[in-house]
Amino acid sequence: MKKVFVLILLAVVGLYLSNTFNLISFGDNRVGEVVEETTTVSGYYLKETPTKSEVANVVTAIVVNYRGFDTLGEVTVLFLATTGLGSILFRRKEEEEGVERLSKPASSLVSTGSRILFPLVVLLGVYVFIHGHLTPGGGFQGGAIIATGFLLMLISYKNYKVSHSTLGWVESFAGISFVLIGFWGLISSHSFLQNIPQVGELNSLISGGVIPIIYIAVGFKVAAELTGVLDILLNIKPKK
Amino acid sequence: MHSFDQVFTQYQDIVTTGVYGSAIGLIIIGLYAVLLKKNLTKIVIGLSIIDAGIHLLFVAIGYIQGGTAPIFSPGHEGEIQKMVDPVPQALVLTAIVIGFAVTAVALSLVIRLYKHHNTSNIDQIKSLKW
Repeated sequence: MKKVFVLILLAVVGLYLSNTFNLISFGDNRVGEVVEETTTVSGYYLKETPTKSEVANVVTAIVVNYRGFDTLGEVTVLFLATTGLGSILFRRKEEEEGVERLSKPASSLVSTGSRILFPLVVLLGVYVFIHGHLTPGGGFQGGAIIATGFLLMLISYKNYKVSHSTLGWVESFAGISFVLIGFWGLISSHSFLQNIPQVGELNSLISGGVIPIIYIAVGFKVAAELTGVLDILLNIKPKK
Repeated sequence: MHSFDQVFTQYQDIVTTGVYGSAIGLIIIGLYAVLLKKNLTKIVIGLSIIDAGIHLLFVAIGYIQGGTAPIFSPGHEGEIQKMVDPVPQALVLTAIVIGFAVTAVALSLVIRLYKHHNTSNIDQIKSLKW
């Protein structure tokens, strides 16, 4: 009976969603002409980013600069999630003994391969977040790639240990540098996280003022946090 | 060589239905899993599927026919009129990270509940009832 009700509900939801989105035609230009007196928010961002912020990637400019305060809150949410995860799955010292990783021992092919791949994956992640203002990438993506490298090591070596104090230090340092850069903008200009693009030109590695520095900090922070989450979730005390 | 634009202009209705339909379909599948599945892990997976559907919907609304990525890479500086809407992409970038955080915390709660009750079936966790 419950199933019937749920199916009717889903049908209604689907009908209304599809009716709503039929009105929004796919592929229409909703940005409008990007001219001097542009009226849309997206048009403003597209027009201002290459000249004012001197950043090639508009999405990066929006995430880190125009909506930088929002990104600071987002990074805080991620930090709180990691902290909450750690406290929910907290173990006392005496419980720590029987804890082991819940993965089957990997074959020598997998473990050797992941040992070779691990530095390359980390290098790719670092490349992605250093070039966040030039290519489709950035701190969040690069951090996630680095965390997958650590996940590879965690699932192929049963006694691979990640030092949580080191992760905590990296995380805190990156978060504090984000806030300090924000305050630097407040002091040198008039608003928090104000961008000061003075060196470099569009499309060179050193350009865009504080945007690449913030994204590198975000990359370190996300990598540390995701690695911590993966390590906590993989280390579970087996049932007796 | 058929680019996406050629296919798009030729079969506009089908492409529109396909893109929006798959996004709405993901949302419906996720809702189904959340409402009808008994296993807590499957419910969390359902929440993630709803997330994915909403992200797809967002990015699809930002697409412009024949558009390019909103990046002024060398050789594409003059394509400012053709660039797709960058705001939904930035919002989705935020939403993905928040979705990850929510999934991680939900999974840790599932692990705790499983340890406490020895089951992850919501029908057998009696103390949740009120």
